[in-house]
Parts: sequence; C-alpha cells; structure tokens
Amino acid sequence: MSIIININKLFDHRIRLGIMSILMVNESVDFNTLKELLDVTDGNLASHTKTLEKSNYIVVEKSFIGRKPNTKYKATRSGKAAFKKHIEALENLIKKQN
Amino acid sequence: MAKEKYLDDISEIKELMNRSSRFISLSGLSGIMAGIYALVGAYYANNIIKNIEIESGFKRFVIAFNSAEKFLLIAVLVIVFAAGTCIVLTYKKSKRNGLKIWDVSSKKMLTNFLIPLVSGGIFCFAMFWNDVYEYIASTTLIFYGLACLNASKYTLGDVRYLGITIIVIGLISSFYIGYGLYFWALGFGLCHILYGTIMHFKYDRKRTKN
Repeated sequence: MSIIININKLFDHRIRLGIMSILMVNESVDFNTLKELLDVTDGNLASHTKTLEKSNYIVVEKSFIGRKPNTKYKATRSGKAAFKKHIEALENLIKKQN
Repeated sequence: MAKEKYLDDISEIKELMNRSSRFISLSGLSGIMAGIYALVGAYYANNIIKNIEIESGFKRFVIAFNSAEKFLLIAVLVIVFAAGTCIVLTYKKSKRNGLKIWDVSSKKMLTNFLIPLVSGGIFCFAMFWNDVYEYIASTTLIFYGLACLNASKYTLGDVRYLGITIIVIGLISSFYIGYGLYFWALGFGLCHILYGTIMHFKYDRKRTKN
C-alpha cells in the first residue's frame, strides 16, 4: 500500500486542491480571480492560501495597483512537484481499484 | 466510495485547469455563421469581377485598381457581421454556462489572437498602399491562420487545427495569383463552416444536454 503514502493530506481538501489546480496552469493569479473561480468567501480562501503558503507550496506577492492592494499567488517549484505526485497517486488508486 | 471521491477530485482538477486558463465559451455556431457570411461576400465579389470582365475584357488581377473600394466594403461588412455574431453567440453561451465573457482567459485569448492579426492587417495595408495586390489574399489567410494558431493555446483546441488548415490554404494560394477569391471562399468560408460544425457538435450540443 505504498501508493497511499503519496496522497498528500494538504491537497485532500476541495479548495486547496482547486487553488493548486489553477496555479499549475497559470503563472500567477490574483486573490479575486481565485475567489471567483472557486466560488468561496474571502476568509475561507485566505485561510487555505495561508496553509499552502506555510508549506511553501505557493508564494504570495503583494503590490499596489494605483491605491488598491493587489495580492497575487504563484505555485512554487516544490508545490508543483508535490501536486504532480498527488495527481499520480490519485490516478494510481483509481487504476488499482478498477 | 473512496474511489468515487478520487474520481471527483481528478475531474475537479481538470475542470479548474481548463476554466482558469482557457476560454471555453467560444461558440461553434458563430464559426458556421462567419463561414456563411464569407461565402456570401465571396459570391458578391465574384459578381463584381464577372461584370468588369464582361465590360472591359481584362482578366482577374488587373481589376483590383478600379473596384478596390467595393471589395474593401464587402470585406469590412463580412468582418463586422462575423465578429458581431461571434460576440453575441459567445456571450449567450457563456451566460448559459454561468461563466463570465470578459475574464482572464478571454483577455489572454483575444490579445494572442490580435497580435498576428493586426500585424497582418498592417502588412496588407502596406501592400494596398504600394499598389501590390497580388499577395493580399494569401497574406490575409496566412496571418489569420497564425492568429488562430496563437489564440488556440487559450481556447478550445480545435481552433489550432482551423489555424493550421488556413495557413496551408494561404500558402497554396500564394502560388496561384489571381485566384485569391476562391481560396478566400475555401479558407474563410468552408473551413469556418467545417470547424464550426465540429465544435458545435463536440461542445455546444453536449453542454445543453446536461
């Protein structure tokens, strides 16, 4: 049952899984776009991005557009690698059980 | 039951990757309509050519001088109608799917589409300016094909093959000067109808069923 080990607990949540999926195919995505795509509240999204940030899977870039603060998220190299591993593990599990 | 959750996860990943990076609301029907407008335009342009041929006895590519404005008008009308229909139908489709029409993915698609297209437009204008008409048909086709190819990274994958087909038609047409109108009808008319139909049945029909 070595495959189970590759299932990443951090990605075993709908919103965190969603954040990583989006950041895998986009160079960087801002807070509001993430919020719209995932259909979640500010607080909910913020807490999940913080979790991913703490594990160094994503980085946050804060800047200003005019006077408005703008927060952008990017997936790190280790985040992308971890997510790929997670997807492979999911696929293997599905194949095994078929 | 665990397996079902994993399957859900995988499809959620795929869906979000597509939705966040590709503009999937592009309507297939608008491609078909664009093709029909192009064929109608080509029909009228062909009539003008025929009339002039009868009147003057000159053959095809000499004619461009005195009737350039009429051809230009037809071309502009075709583009306006095609783009207008595309915007309306795409707007409807995105609304039906509950998606925004003006978001990151549509902006990316549009800028990547416009860069080759505008370059080609300016280049064609330069040829017009210099009274070089022979290669305008093939140039428009080639640049439009390149625009589709470039935009396809940010929208439905079929646009890539539409682009490649039109580039090939444009290249072939550059060897047959004087027959530009037929290649235009083939590229802008028939290819749009063909790929529009494929996209319509592949995506639009399926979506309405769900």
